[in-house]
Amino acid sequence: MSDAVLEAVGVSFAYERHGRLVLDSASLTVKPRTILGLLGPNGSGKTTLLRLIAGTLVPLSGRVTLDGADVRRLSRRDLARQIAVVPQETHTTFDFTVLDIVLMGRYPHLGAFELEGAADVAIAREALAATGTAELAARPFATLSGGEKQRVVIASALAQASSILLLDEPTASLDLGYQIEIATLLTRLNRDRGTTMVISTHDLNLAAALCSEVVLLRQGQVLARGATADVLTAAHVRTLYGVDADVQFHPRAGHVTVVPIARSV
Amino acid sequence: MTIGGFGALAFLACLLAPLVGSTTIHLSRVFDRSIPFADNVDAQIFFVARLPRVLAAALVGSGLAVAGVVFQALLRNPLASPDTLGVSAGAALGAMLAITFHADFSLLSVSAVPLASFAGSLGALAIVYGLSAARRRGQSTMVLLLAGVTLTALLSAVVRFVQYLADFTETFQTVRWLMGSLDVAGYGPILAAAVPMAVAFVGFATLPRVLDLMSLGTEAAAARGVDVTRAERVALVSASLSTGAAVSLGGPVAFVGIIVPHLVRLIVGADHRLVLPASALFGAAFLIGCDLVARTALAPVELPVGIVTAIIGGPFFLWLLFRKA
Repeated sequence: MSDAVLEAVGVSFAYERHGRLVLDSASLTVKPRTILGLLGPNGSGKTTLLRLIAGTLVPLSGRVTLDGADVRRLSRRDLARQIAVVPQETHTTFDFTVLDIVLMGRYPHLGAFELEGAADVAIAREALAATGTAELAARPFATLSGGEKQRVVIASALAQASSILLLDEPTASLDLGYQIEIATLLTRLNRDRGTTMVISTHDLNLAAALCSEVVLLRQGQVLARGATADVLTAAHVRTLYGVDADVQFHPRAGHVTVVPIARSV
Repeated sequence: MTIGGFGALAFLACLLAPLVGSTTIHLSRVFDRSIPFADNVDAQIFFVARLPRVLAAALVGSGLAVAGVVFQALLRNPLASPDTLGVSAGAALGAMLAITFHADFSLLSVSAVPLASFAGSLGALAIVYGLSAARRRGQSTMVLLLAGVTLTALLSAVVRFVQYLADFTETFQTVRWLMGSLDVAGYGPILAAAVPMAVAFVGFATLPRVLDLMSLGTEAAAARGVDVTRAERVALVSASLSTGAAVSLGGPVAFVGIIVPHLVRLIVGADHRLVLPASALFGAAFLIGCDLVARTALAPVELPVGIVTAIIGGPFFLWLLFRKA
């Protein structure tokens, strides 16, 4: 309890009044400087739980606390200084450059009429360098590949200078090469900067590689949570996805791996 | 520096456009302090006859252009503008009713027609704003734009219905008004429109960063610290005020709200710190230029400025669009 930086306690949520509960008293605990994985089938409430943690949605019941304080008591700005979000996909309506996008991360640090100064640009450039996208700074964001876009959006989140990063299926639309690239980047940020992360994903092997702990969500409820090696089991994979899978420790990878075999009956 | 360029353009437009007209006047004589104003015909023509009209064009052009910028960013749709959100149609209906029913009232030296059009545009925006506030989470902004287009069609039908019932003189008057005209009498109407416009521009001044973020989506904006509900309210109210003020002064001048923001974005990029002020300045210069064409092209016959904005603006826009691609 005391070592949790971010905590959701029995949160429930429905998108429509008296509608179906997308989350039904779900709880999770995020320890500082760790990466927590959020796993579950489509519609199990992963994205909604991330939104509740980010404070962009308010739970019907239960509460989300940041360093012990209810996030509802924090202003949007204060929250954004501590929690940054990387959505699954980012579309730009207008022709923003990569640097423009990264500078947007500085918003919670600026006054109402204030514009970014040299210090903000320096922070943005540093974030670009950290994600290996420095050479893309002047390019229009819309012309980038999926992997480049995702790295730029992560850079924008880094420019926000918050210690917690929430990522919603960060590798969902990326090919294998980019998946590894993003995974490596996240590992490095966690190791070098001590960034705390919550990652929702369908990629069980990514979760096994990155996350020290995972939370399994099923129909809005927490099925299990704990250390990845304890929770990511063949039995849980069957319950969650209805898939018969081999789950084994992989010596070369250094973590458990999940090999789906067939739809279980 | 870019903004300085746009500022110089707008200033020169305000200074030089009044020199052109049926009577030729000279700038040096206009500002010749040695001739008393009563004897200085050039100065009289400049300040009394022509400058109000040029300033009206500047105000209308700025107001519509900036409202267009805000609507496009807020709805994340390049097609959003006062024309497509039903605002211009609302203003048209208001003016239409005032003309047809010979409304005879005034407020602060503003006569019935502009007042009614102001009310009409605000009414239409209130409907759009109401829809946006009632919009359930998850529904796209496309719904709002469709609602705007539907509202436009509905209001236009009412306009045509009223027109159908009106007599010929009234119909001519309303058609003329609907095409947009900047033929203002004196500085009174300009001042009356400048007040709500000034209030709107204070609102716009808080928006550049917010609009950048909102154009990535409300959730992305919220995650970066934007109070989305408050930002939407400030943006929509400011845009309503400036559109209402502009339309009450010059009629629903077509195309400005959609074309100027895009032209400016092609030149300065997407950053709203540049797009907002540049659109205000370029909108002013653009409409002054169009109005200059409107009153000189077929002189002594004067064209409605809305026809000129569409005829000049449309092809120019297409050219820029395809030149870049």
